[in-house]
Amino acid sequence: MIVDVNFVGLIIASIMASAVPLILASCGELITERSGVLNLGVEGMMIIGAISGFALMTVTGSLIIAVFGAMLAGVLISTIFAFLTQTLITNHVATGLALTIFGIGISAMIGKNFVGIPGKEFPVLFEGLKDTIPLLSPILFGHSIVFYFAFALPFITSYFLKKTKIGLIVRAVGDSPESASNQGINVRFVRYACILYGGAMCGLAGAYLSMIYTPQWIENMTGGRGWIALALVVFSTWNPIKILIGAMIFGGLTIIQFHMQAIGVRIPVQFLTALPYIVTIIVLVVISRDSRKIRLSTPSSLGKSFHKDN
Amino acid sequence: MIKIVKRDQPSKAIFFFTPVLAIFLTLIAGGIIFYILGFKPFEALKFFFIVPIADKYGFSELLLKATPLCLIAIGLSFCFKSNNWNIGAEGQLTFGAIVSGGVALLFYDQEGFYILPIVILAGAIGGMIYASIPAILKTYFNTNEILVSLMLVYVSKLILDYLVVGPWSNPEGFNFPETRQFSDSARLPLLFEGLRIHAGIFLALAAVVISWFVFYKTYLGFQMKVSGFSLKTAKYAGYKGKKMIILVFLISGACAGLAGVGEITGPIGQLHREVSPDYGFTAIIVAFLGRLHPVGIIFASLVVAITYLGAETAQIFMQIPKYTGQVFQGMILFFLLASDYLLFFKFKLIGSKK
Repeated sequence: MIVDVNFVGLIIASIMASAVPLILASCGELITERSGVLNLGVEGMMIIGAISGFALMTVTGSLIIAVFGAMLAGVLISTIFAFLTQTLITNHVATGLALTIFGIGISAMIGKNFVGIPGKEFPVLFEGLKDTIPLLSPILFGHSIVFYFAFALPFITSYFLKKTKIGLIVRAVGDSPESASNQGINVRFVRYACILYGGAMCGLAGAYLSMIYTPQWIENMTGGRGWIALALVVFSTWNPIKILIGAMIFGGLTIIQFHMQAIGVRIPVQFLTALPYIVTIIVLVVISRDSRKIRLSTPSSLGKSFHKDN
Repeated sequence: MIKIVKRDQPSKAIFFFTPVLAIFLTLIAGGIIFYILGFKPFEALKFFFIVPIADKYGFSELLLKATPLCLIAIGLSFCFKSNNWNIGAEGQLTFGAIVSGGVALLFYDQEGFYILPIVILAGAIGGMIYASIPAILKTYFNTNEILVSLMLVYVSKLILDYLVVGPWSNPEGFNFPETRQFSDSARLPLLFEGLRIHAGIFLALAAVVISWFVFYKTYLGFQMKVSGFSLKTAKYAGYKGKKMIILVFLISGACAGLAGVGEITGPIGQLHREVSPDYGFTAIIVAFLGRLHPVGIIFASLVVAITYLGAETAQIFMQIPKYTGQVFQGMILFFLLASDYLLFFKFKLIGSKK
């Protein structure tokens, strides 16, 4: 059997494309969690980003406004979460759930008038180089700017956390808010910032889905990707580089579905669709089994409220 | 000047008052949202919260929707009280419906008094089996129960979809994604002629009574409460943590499974693609709004059930999108959590008393 190398390249590129929203959302959530905050509202923030991006694109016609607007929408919705958990000291888990329920509802409400409207073509970079190198060209060239940003983000995030002073502060706040506070760091401010940043990345992830990946608005179009992104953060043991690996695995599982159906493998379609969720569970079990390793890598104050009495 | 002062201990009166405050604030915020969307706020709120339950039929529908919410929320309160975050009740409901539906299909051409109890039991067992997965993974593999229980929701819905489209679909059903009708003996009886409210409500009421007894009259209830406050204390006191985690998950799985039974053996009488309009998720809000208290949960389930009916009515009469229901549900939880601030802090006027 002769395998066309360019076809292999295209499959890898399509896996990478489906990994993009997972990478963006996970890297955002990773920063939030590194500061000690568990935001379960990823799914809600993503879907808000998806509808905001699509709606702004349709209404203003500007892709730039749409992309940044979606990020801003993510920031705004995460501000609710930040205000509740940081200022009013509410439970992180319950507040995150409320955010997801609220986000799905409000996105469907806004999106009612945008169902069935075709999306716009999103410009791709380096399209002229598409046929230059066998195998690698389809992987490297001809993608949107968001795609390239997503694959750079884990490295940027890793550098930020390890090498920059602000990154160190974020980690200090997550690992020991008391000592960070004693050092004169404003814990609440840092956590606010990390939550809003997470919101922006989830908004971007949503915009990628509705504007680039499948350029249209469908209710509930995030389809659980937000939850998989949350699982990826655990999978990565809070290490951004490993998010890249995890996201590629899950991207692969999504893409496999289509190809299995195409070559006529007789497995029920529902089973293939369920595969990413089942694999997530299995991966979580394998990762979490070593409780010592998890405890060492989990931000110590994750999900715990911090309130300075004054 | 107004200063925020920490209370010496959480206020009990405010504990039960804040849910009411949260509902009130939700109504105001809802009115504002309706206004922004271009509707008359008061009229919209009337269609949302009053019109749907103004007659006998509406009231029966309210009870019909409140029944699964109450049942699931009671089960969830066992988990939440003991610090276990089971958020996959929707999956446990679906799996309970699958198992009980499968059993009911075995008897599709038979009648007999013994069928209904078996079908009900099968639903509870189905829910328990499904809830045991996150519980066992949590206790023995240290796996996060939030993510596992949630992932299983998607899996259960896909299993159901596979069954009703494929092997279980009605052979005489022209390929509609639904099973055969269950026999009458496998159906929960309707309570009144012409209304859809069925005997499932008694399951919910029984759950309320039993849970009240367990929470406040048994050692288990005390253990759950202690574990909820502090896992360290519970360990120190020598409670068997693992056993309790599995137990509370099984209880909440059984309740969700029973809610699933009610959905398919009540008014519908067959399995189809969508057995539940996200009752399993909404019940999380009901549990919190009811303050994890059995009686509170009854009231909360009625209030939240209105958002389901209101969304339908408002859609029919005012073309307000039906997702407004979910927006309201999210807001109720936001406001409830926010007003919890009053539990621990109070506003104090200072300066004037100097």
